[in-house]
Amino acid sequence: MILNIFTDIHELLLGLMPENIVHITELVLIAVAYLGIFAILGLFLVWLERRIAAFFQFRLGPNRVGPMGLFQTVADALKLVSKELTGTEKADKFLYKIAPYFVITTALMSLSLIPFSYEIHAFDINIGLFFLTSVSSVGVLGIFLAGWASNNKYSLIGGMRTGIQMISYELSVGMAIVTMVVLAGTLQISEIVEIQKDGWLIYQGHIPAIIAFMIFMIAGTAESNRTPFDLVEAESELGAGFHTEYSGMNFAYYFLAEFVNLFLISSVAVILFFGGWLSPFGITDAIPFAGLFWFIIKVLGVIFIFMWFRWTFPRFRIDQLLTLEWKFLLPINMVNIVLMALMVWLGLTL
Amino acid sequence: MSYFSDIINGTKTLLTGMRVTGGYFFVNFFTKRDVITQQYPNNIETLEMFDRFKGEVIMLHNENNEHRCDACTLCEKACPNGSIEILGDKAKDPETGKNKRFLVKHIYHLQMCTMCGLCIEACPVNAIDWGQDFHHVEYDRSLLTKVLNKPGSKIMSGIKG
Ligand code: SF4
Ligand code: SF4
Repeated sequence: MILNIFTDIHELLLGLMPENIVHITELVLIAVAYLGIFAILGLFLVWLERRIAAFFQFRLGPNRVGPMGLFQTVADALKLVSKELTGTEKADKFLYKIAPYFVITTALMSLSLIPFSYEIHAFDINIGLFFLTSVSSVGVLGIFLAGWASNNKYSLIGGMRTGIQMISYELSVGMAIVTMVVLAGTLQISEIVEIQKDGWLIYQGHIPAIIAFMIFMIAGTAESNRTPFDLVEAESELGAGFHTEYSGMNFAYYFLAEFVNLFLISSVAVILFFGGWLSPFGITDAIPFAGLFWFIIKVLGVIFIFMWFRWTFPRFRIDQLLTLEWKFLLPINMVNIVLMALMVWLGLTL
Repeated sequence: MSYFSDIINGTKTLLTGMRVTGGYFFVNFFTKRDVITQQYPNNIETLEMFDRFKGEVIMLHNENNEHRCDACTLCEKACPNGSIEILGDKAKDPETGKNKRFLVKHIYHLQMCTMCGLCIEACPVNAIDWGQDFHHVEYDRSLLTKVLNKPGSKIMSGIKG
């Protein structure tokens, strides 16, 4: 049914203009649609985080603007748009201005690889997962540049910490993904999901898959700069960390990108471990929008776990952060890959 | 071997923490049992403040409209920012025939008060105390200047002046 809508639009456009222009128009339409998804997703997740945090802390959270306070974040975003853009006098103006765009561009590019359902998948290439991890690593550059270009000591420390944290934990995320790729045998995202028709990968790969999932969740929290790995922002130590000197819309870009990254990490977890858009009861194809529904439900579930982490654990010290990665996660990860490879070789997967 | 026991212990304690906070979340998500948020101003009518809440300084009156203040001005002197002004006067006491101070107006500027409580501590006869009223919104600043002794009130008998 969704496919029908898309073909209808395609044919409508074909009737209006020549073929190569239709192609470009469709690209533009998809880009605009994804920008919309980006904004709505960011605003919704900020609202969700605030509501969930409130319940963890015996509060109610935003509940005045719109039904259940849903439009609170929209109002906040409008306020930020109307604010003046300020900055330090001796900032490196050029880098300072383009830094936020690094973050949102990479978040948007990664978003295009996420399959919302069988039909809604903007960009499906054979090295999908590889492309996804590479592109999302570029986002670090935006944070790093922001810290460097702001000409502020807190921003700089925040930026440096980003460097340390990202280089360390990118490794763990990457290796957890590799473990699952060994099991799936492909990097193409749509194929990884198709393989799980007989059972989610976390079930097919049992022990090593569960270890990989735990490592992925820990490292994913670090990747998205969330508590307990929020040394980059560390309100109590660094003001606001790397975005101390950003105001108005530039600040909002960072804020939204952070939550879109949370969505990205969660969807990768869903694709790799929980069967993407597949229904847990095996009736995906029958009902329209069922794929989209299951995908969103699963992603929200994983996002809830991330939020649960955030409102439970206190922040690490920087040396504890490094110990955790280099002394624990990395060795476990390496053993885990070998274990997974052995299992696939010996046919011990379910 | 402490390496592996560290990992297991760490995981265990983390899960314990998550169980505790998860319990809080689900209780409040489904029942809102422990939610302490007050939905001000929707509940102005029903909101009850706690015993030790410092809302404003009030003067205690008994049922015969009598207060204990003998206009000694200690509270006025104790106040660090001059929020209290005592207007007193002297008159002949009908019982003893001596001149005695009495209170005309205990003027309290709520708009300047920092709720420090020094005046209440300073009062030797406990004439003033904390009130529980929290809704002090007015459109004009002068409305926040209050006279604490009620009109027509007089001093309780037995308070030494
Ligand atoms: S509470 Fe403090 S500031 Fe207020 S009237 Fe008393 S002494 Fe003055
Ligand atoms: S309220 Fe107490 S301290 Fe203040 S003038 Fe009256 S008796 Fe004295």
